[in-house]
Amino acid sequence: MQDLGEAFRLALSLVLSGDADLVEIVSLSLRVSLTATGAACLIGLPLGALVAITRFRGRNAVLILVNALMGLPPVVVGLIVYLHLSRAGPLGFLGLLYTPTAMIIAQTILITPIIMALSRQVLEDLHAEYAEQFRSLVLSRRQQVAALIWDARFSLLTVGLAGFGRAVAEVGAVMIVGGNIDHLTRVMTTAIALETSRGDLALALGLGLVLMVIALGVNAMVQSLRMTAVRHAYA
Amino acid sequence: MASRIRLGVTAAIALALGVASVAAQDQSIIVQSTTSTANSGLYDDLLPIFTDETGIQVNVVAVGTGQAIKNARNCDGDVLLVHAKPAEETFIADGMGVERFDLMYNDFVIVGPLEDPAGVRGMTDAQGGLEKIAGAGAMFASRGDDSGTHKKEMSLWGDTDVDPASGSGEWYRETGSGMGATLNAAVGMDAYAMTDRATWISFGNKDDFEILVEGDEDLFNQYGIILVNPEQCENVNVEAGQSFVDWMLSDTGQAAISAYEVEGQKLFFPNAK
Repeated sequence: MQDLGEAFRLALSLVLSGDADLVEIVSLSLRVSLTATGAACLIGLPLGALVAITRFRGRNAVLILVNALMGLPPVVVGLIVYLHLSRAGPLGFLGLLYTPTAMIIAQTILITPIIMALSRQVLEDLHAEYAEQFRSLVLSRRQQVAALIWDARFSLLTVGLAGFGRAVAEVGAVMIVGGNIDHLTRVMTTAIALETSRGDLALALGLGLVLMVIALGVNAMVQSLRMTAVRHAYA
Repeated sequence: MASRIRLGVTAAIALALGVASVAAQDQSIIVQSTTSTANSGLYDDLLPIFTDETGIQVNVVAVGTGQAIKNARNCDGDVLLVHAKPAEETFIADGMGVERFDLMYNDFVIVGPLEDPAGVRGMTDAQGGLEKIAGAGAMFASRGDDSGTHKKEMSLWGDTDVDPASGSGEWYRETGSGMGATLNAAVGMDAYAMTDRATWISFGNKDDFEILVEGDEDLFNQYGIILVNPEQCENVNVEAGQSFVDWMLSDTGQAAISAYEVEGQKLFFPNAK
């Protein structure tokens, strides 16, 4: 258990000293996971909204599928992306394997179902309230989607955060497609895995603490943004 | 609203491209490598010297030897640095590599808990040690991942009368993961394990574990270096990859390997011809 105390001490000294490697790793983690969250929202929100407002044959099957995809194992996503981006794969000519872009692609695939499934639920509830108004205004589907997403934007922030949380915490996918290359594709989770395999459990745990603090910071920032925005919106 | 979405898409694409251009280096190579050379800190010591001299950035993907070879077969690397001579020779024979060079060596050791339930301490006969461990039904943690170390371990078992697979899940525990993770598991289960000496010396979670069996000729561990064949993989950066191979085999590179120590102990012994 001495590792735990040592981990806190290491985490503190790493953060306080502004260790250059740590800053690099943390900023890559944020850049990759935030970009992936943004991309997943661009894809997942409109799709979630579309499913929320339309009734079609096989809709239940789609819902079940998307809900199930929320449990996609990161390592499987990593493998699928690897097989596509590998030089031997269909997209190998792009030369994207072992780059941050590959990591963004993998995390986007990982969390788009989460964004889609959760936003679908939020927007369907809202749509039940709005349905009559939409009919009386004779809005197009695109206008309905836009209106729903805009009006639910504060609730959808939480959906985005759920996606970000999953992205920033996963290690399986980025390890395979990023390769954990020092100064190029090393992020928090792969650095933690590396230190664990070196048997430096205290440092690994210290990095884990830093990661948790960062996740906490991002959540706090979004929460305060949301509170300010809500105040302005209803002032 | 539509224009807002378009703006968002444009921004996302721009961001992704920006990220990609940061990643693209003028002169950089990918080395598909075994884990021991990375986990022991050898690369942290060698690569800055090489990059200073040549301006070539070396990106190391450290995975087990089996996976490194597989990745190189998919053309996802310029240079292969691993330790499983038969598998390396097959790689060359299949035309995937240009030529294989001996680079350096160290040795494997069998580590175990202080109380040493199977009583193998001080043995210099690897097969005998393994037989004794199996005979005592003592726990043994195996990599089980087709890595260089795992291939070596299996060849050692092959020379004994024991079939470890029959004890799988009982006394024979296959972790299916890297050397470090397997050592962590061994320490956690009080199990014996076979590891390369470099990983062991630089391993930070030894607890009360010690080297118990060492010094058998069969425990010799040879590392090789190979340039991936540009005729099979046109993306190979021949110039930069070749200069990395040449440098590692040169007097400068070999001296740098020899000079690398952890806790006053040499981890790798250069033996390029």
